[in-house]
Amino acid sequence: MSTKFTRRRFLATTAATTAVLAMPHVSHSQAGGKLSLGFWDHWVPGANNATTALINEWAAKEKVEVSIDYIPSQGNKNLMVIAAEAQARSGHDVLAFPTWEPQAHVERLEPVDDIMGPLIAQNGDVNDTVKYLGRANNKWIAVPATVGSQIKGPCSRIDLLKQHAGINIQELYPAGAAPKADGWTLEVFLKAAEACHKAGFPFGIGLGTTSDSVDSAGAFFHANGAQLVNAKGEIVVKSDAVRKSLDFYKKLAQFMPTDVPAWDDASNNKWLVSGKGAMVMNPPSAWAVAKRDAPQIAEQLWTHGFPSGPNGRYAPFLPYFWGIWSFSKNKTAAKSLLVHLSQRASAEKMVAASAGYDLPSFSKLTDFKTWSEEGPPKGTLYHYPNPHNHHTLSIAAAPAPPKIAQQIYAQGVQTKMIVRHMQGEAMEKTLAWAESEVEGFMRT
Amino acid sequence: MVDATMPQSRAATPAVKRGGFHKAMQRRSTIAFLMASPLIVLIALLVVYPAGYAMYLAMLNKSMQRFVGFGNFLFLFKRDTFWLVVWQSCVFAITAVAFKALIGFIVAHFVHNIPNAKQRKWRGMLLIPWVIPPAMSTLAWLWLFDPSYSAFNWLLSFVGIGPIPWTGDANWARFSVILVNIWVGAPFFMIMYLAALKSVPEQLYEAAAIDGASWWQRIWYVTLPMMRNIIAITTLFSLIVTFANFDIVQILTAGGPIDRTHVFATWAFRLGIQSSDIPLGASVSLFMFPILGIAAIFILRDINRRGNESA
Repeated sequence: MSTKFTRRRFLATTAATTAVLAMPHVSHSQAGGKLSLGFWDHWVPGANNATTALINEWAAKEKVEVSIDYIPSQGNKNLMVIAAEAQARSGHDVLAFPTWEPQAHVERLEPVDDIMGPLIAQNGDVNDTVKYLGRANNKWIAVPATVGSQIKGPCSRIDLLKQHAGINIQELYPAGAAPKADGWTLEVFLKAAEACHKAGFPFGIGLGTTSDSVDSAGAFFHANGAQLVNAKGEIVVKSDAVRKSLDFYKKLAQFMPTDVPAWDDASNNKWLVSGKGAMVMNPPSAWAVAKRDAPQIAEQLWTHGFPSGPNGRYAPFLPYFWGIWSFSKNKTAAKSLLVHLSQRASAEKMVAASAGYDLPSFSKLTDFKTWSEEGPPKGTLYHYPNPHNHHTLSIAAAPAPPKIAQQIYAQGVQTKMIVRHMQGEAMEKTLAWAESEVEGFMRT
Repeated sequence: MVDATMPQSRAATPAVKRGGFHKAMQRRSTIAFLMASPLIVLIALLVVYPAGYAMYLAMLNKSMQRFVGFGNFLFLFKRDTFWLVVWQSCVFAITAVAFKALIGFIVAHFVHNIPNAKQRKWRGMLLIPWVIPPAMSTLAWLWLFDPSYSAFNWLLSFVGIGPIPWTGDANWARFSVILVNIWVGAPFFMIMYLAALKSVPEQLYEAAAIDGASWWQRIWYVTLPMMRNIIAITTLFSLIVTFANFDIVQILTAGGPIDRTHVFATWAFRLGIQSSDIPLGASVSLFMFPILGIAAIFILRDINRRGNESA
């Protein structure tokens, strides 16, 4: 396919200045070619409309013929599309890549340094997790997407924590102000879990192998400084930090529902809405479901930060990325579109459309009105985008080399370790099992 | 099939000497082959090509840039989880097929003994589990087995039993996935066995009755020998489908807890798609091929042998 979207024109649209980024395109009467997009099918009703409107706005201005497919992540359909297109070396020009997928397909992705540099200059730096997942061989391989990116922090019942654990979570994490949560530690968390359990309202933290469970376990491991494989690719499973994490979880598990090893990503949402639970680890979708199905529960929900451990305070961050296949036939138009979607105004529209669920990865884009104003209760989402950098955004299995970390994450090695140990397997046997599993992931 | 030339053609052109090609084109077998060829091409494209491609993928390294021969298979032999999956796949498939065959056999007899006018209604109702797409019906089972709000547990609570961790405990989870597989697959056995029962000549039963055969003797000496081939073929077919099952396990337990319900297909998916190790995923899925191949050889050889004996 020939394209008249020239290199000169593209450079004009993505020059390394904020001014150019803010007004990136010069309209021509000539057509800019075709662009095929495969984006994530958002589970917030109507959220896709904001993306479609932004793309159409850009396409009309640039005279590019655009087709959009919204691909669901339900049943891993998006992963299958990505794998199929990678094998066929054909398909969409731009795809939405979930967390680990850019690293999995690094050889087949178009580097995007030319647009990421200016975007960072304009929107602020991105956190280390985004760099860890979005860069390879000192190059940006994908652009962090607003749509689909999320933090899975605690979402607690204000009333139950106050009544049974004596914790005023709104005081620790006040709306519109920096957290006052120095005392919010792993020990306090454990005591709160015990108190709520005794009162009949256990914390609901899954221990399955789906991402909600794995992410929570990862954040607690990080808080203890526990790694399975270090950044150099060395196996470090048998460490005191890992032992400490397993012991912590063994204690925590006795205060949780007995069926948490079978939980999937829907389980914690159901737990919260049922009114049985005092806390879950989730992005605001759980709160949004409660707002729809059980408003009296939603009014008592507060999204806030993780407890801190000896190694600091961590929160699981799962960025989505927009990537351009190296076999795309219209890379210049693709890059131009991604610049357009990464503008502050675009990100703000996406965040509003998703009721605050979507998160831009750039540091200057964490202060949108949506997070301050969404409710009830008003301000419940204020701390969701980590506006005060109160916790380190991390991902389970990091800092292992990404291709090894992806295996650890996808196979839920950390949650399996926890379940084995909490079900009575000796600590050293669990560590030996994990070591053997991780050794298998070293295969190149 | 017997090769035969068309008599009309021969009669129409008795004096003309035809070439080999023309003769070949007039054979029924040639015409049959030509008519079937689109289907053969379709099967080649949809089955042979993907199978060959899977074999090719299984011989690449993790990043699919280097040929490693049987390296992936040798690697799997050293993994404990692989042997766990082999064992679980065998337990899953053999248990499920055995129960499907037994239940299918029993239900087929019940339906066979229902008066003809009412049989159609019963057949239709009993086929429902098999007709509904398994992915959909398994979602309903997922709700029934839900860890926290199980409908089964709710019912059991009235008689003081439970709560049972249907998908949270390894043994209960295995029981659950096998139960759903039996529920979905038993009607297939029922309908195949019912067709076989209808083809058993009534005179054989009459002769057995005259000889004073008991109910059990009629089953053992008349029904079962007459149904053996159908039983073997149905079992083979079901074994292949059950071994390759994906949807039920994936929806119900996704292989958990702690890998205790993974079968070949779900583990291949976990490795190949979710962990982005396509060559290893392809290797796992190909492991079903030799196991099923051996089963097919034994069962089909048995059928052939009996066919020759009866000829």
